[in-house]
Amino acid sequence: MKITKLATTLLAASILTISTATVFAQSAQEQGLAISQESIARDNGWVDMLASMTMVLRNKQGQESIREIRMKTLEVAGDGDKSLSIFDKPRDVKGTAFLSFSHNVGADDQWLYLPALKRVKRIASRNKSGPFMGSEFSFEDLASFEIEKYQYKFIEEQPCDLGECFVVEQYPTDKYSGYTRRLVWIDKAEYRMIKVEFYDRKNSLLKTLTSHDYKQYNGKFWRPSLMKMVNHQNQKSTDLKWENYRFGNGLSAADFNKNTLKRAR
Amino acid sequence: MKKIVLLAIGSGLLTQPVIASENYFEANLKVSTEFTFYPQKGKFKGQDYHANLSLALSPDFYWEWNDQQDSLTFEPFFRKDQHDSSRSHADIRELNWVHLSDNWELRTGLRKVFWGVTEFQNLVDVINQKDPVEGLNNEHKLGQPMINYSVVNDWGIVDLFLLPGFREQTYPSTDGRLRASIPVEDVLTTYESSREDKHIDLAARWSHSFDVYDIGVHWFKGTDRTPKYQAVTHNDNLVLKAHYQQIEQVGIDLQATVDSWLYKGEVIYQDNSTENYWATQVGFEYTFYGIQESATDLGVLLEAGYDQRGITADALMQNDIGIGARLAFNDAQSSSLLAGVIHDLDYHGNSFSLEAERRLGDNWKASIEARIFSPGSSNDPSNIFDKDDYFKITFDRYF
Repeated sequence: MKITKLATTLLAASILTISTATVFAQSAQEQGLAISQESIARDNGWVDMLASMTMVLRNKQGQESIREIRMKTLEVAGDGDKSLSIFDKPRDVKGTAFLSFSHNVGADDQWLYLPALKRVKRIASRNKSGPFMGSEFSFEDLASFEIEKYQYKFIEEQPCDLGECFVVEQYPTDKYSGYTRRLVWIDKAEYRMIKVEFYDRKNSLLKTLTSHDYKQYNGKFWRPSLMKMVNHQNQKSTDLKWENYRFGNGLSAADFNKNTLKRAR
Repeated sequence: MKKIVLLAIGSGLLTQPVIASENYFEANLKVSTEFTFYPQKGKFKGQDYHANLSLALSPDFYWEWNDQQDSLTFEPFFRKDQHDSSRSHADIRELNWVHLSDNWELRTGLRKVFWGVTEFQNLVDVINQKDPVEGLNNEHKLGQPMINYSVVNDWGIVDLFLLPGFREQTYPSTDGRLRASIPVEDVLTTYESSREDKHIDLAARWSHSFDVYDIGVHWFKGTDRTPKYQAVTHNDNLVLKAHYQQIEQVGIDLQATVDSWLYKGEVIYQDNSTENYWATQVGFEYTFYGIQESATDLGVLLEAGYDQRGITADALMQNDIGIGARLAFNDAQSSSLLAGVIHDLDYHGNSFSLEAERRLGDNWKASIEARIFSPGSSNDPSNIFDKDDYFKITFDRYF
């Protein structure tokens, strides 16, 4: 009798423990999702954006190499953004342009314009984890953030450079992602991404991205002026400086096709 | 660009749809120094050397005005070659004015146009005359005079071309390597059209991207870019006479981009006064991303070319298989390597090629190109290149 009662108590206790754990797990996932959704909601409605980026690549010895790219981006409601990137440096790829239609679900559509041949090439977008222009940023690091691209888990709240931050873990849903997870610090006041840790396919810390000098544009949209990516495994780093952010330029889908790609300067 | 942006900010135009109207000008220059080594002396008279030095200048100038609605591009080209007097040449690759409107643009002047999807040859790429003295890969083209109206619709882009004026193909001189056994004599060139090189050619193309597909359909009517040859005696020498026919051609190019696969195909049907035929180039490219846990991508290519005319065809791949491997190291120097072989199923000959390139510092690029010709049976047309295996290194300096 006693034994039965004990067993029942233990069983009840264990059920209670499991259900508590489940409740916690669900709420952590929901909370992580909610924070990420809020960060997207706060950045909605920018319509279109022009910006220039300068990348400074540094190898282990500290040798630098420069990339200069100008970007036009169009916000697409209910789907990923459309973007046109024009390469100014290094000089041997000057005039090369890249057109991308990203999608929330499924492969992105991407074309590359090679000015020497005047050739437009449709390229496979499957290469998410590859380096962008030899930098420590991969293609997926530079892609637009869409809710469907990750699953979420809230970890904790922590003090950070911009006050208090949410720490959220994000698990890529794309099987071709180079990461098992990203650990993201988002500030509680404005939902800006302050820091991201990237964990490789073996779940070892690969890179850390920190975003600096956030400025607000059009009274709403926060953008960093500097992003620093440090690779802990190969000791290389890339600084990405953003300049000349301009919103509401009257761009439309008509500015993103093979003809505009060919004449992009 | 920076200047325009500053002006825009300064005058408070930041939120206005069109940035400040200011003229924009840009100039660039590429200087290419090329050294070629031939292990063997050539087969023909004038080819008894092993090394060749060559220098090329490729400047480009660009003007923009009228709120970016109008632009002018000027790209001349100059080469000085140590041995080949025909390769020492100048050309205007581009000199054209582009006017933009809402969904259409008008491009007027000398231009280069590329059509196609495959890698070893592009059957549908018919607008420009080739400049083969620059290299065997047909990537170099002469500027073609044109008026090109291009309109973007939801259902695709339509390009209409009016092509006044024709450019004859270039040939190496008798002192040049990689030439035919008998030289082509320019003064003997004839045309089917009584208007000769002033015949006005017409072309149209519809191209569209939907889902994983990129498709292009074209029609061309005018002077064939590839002439027919006839051996004749001229000033007591045996020479080749080029004859340019009038042709009408339709063609399709299609690529499907599925995951790591690129499926590619081009097909043409040509009708001219002596024959009609179809030809095709089909194949695929598959890429292994991040091989061996590195950043390096390995692409493998396989293509087959077929021409209905068989061995009488003047095509590069009349019945050939091309196999290639492309390595992209994705490093800061953008190092890459492309190795390929074309096997001729009719003559059982092979042509091997290797191309590699790497950026040096911020303003230099080094590239190497090597080819080995291994002709098959004695009647294989590539026998003329039998002794022309080469190794070429090029340094490009960008200003």
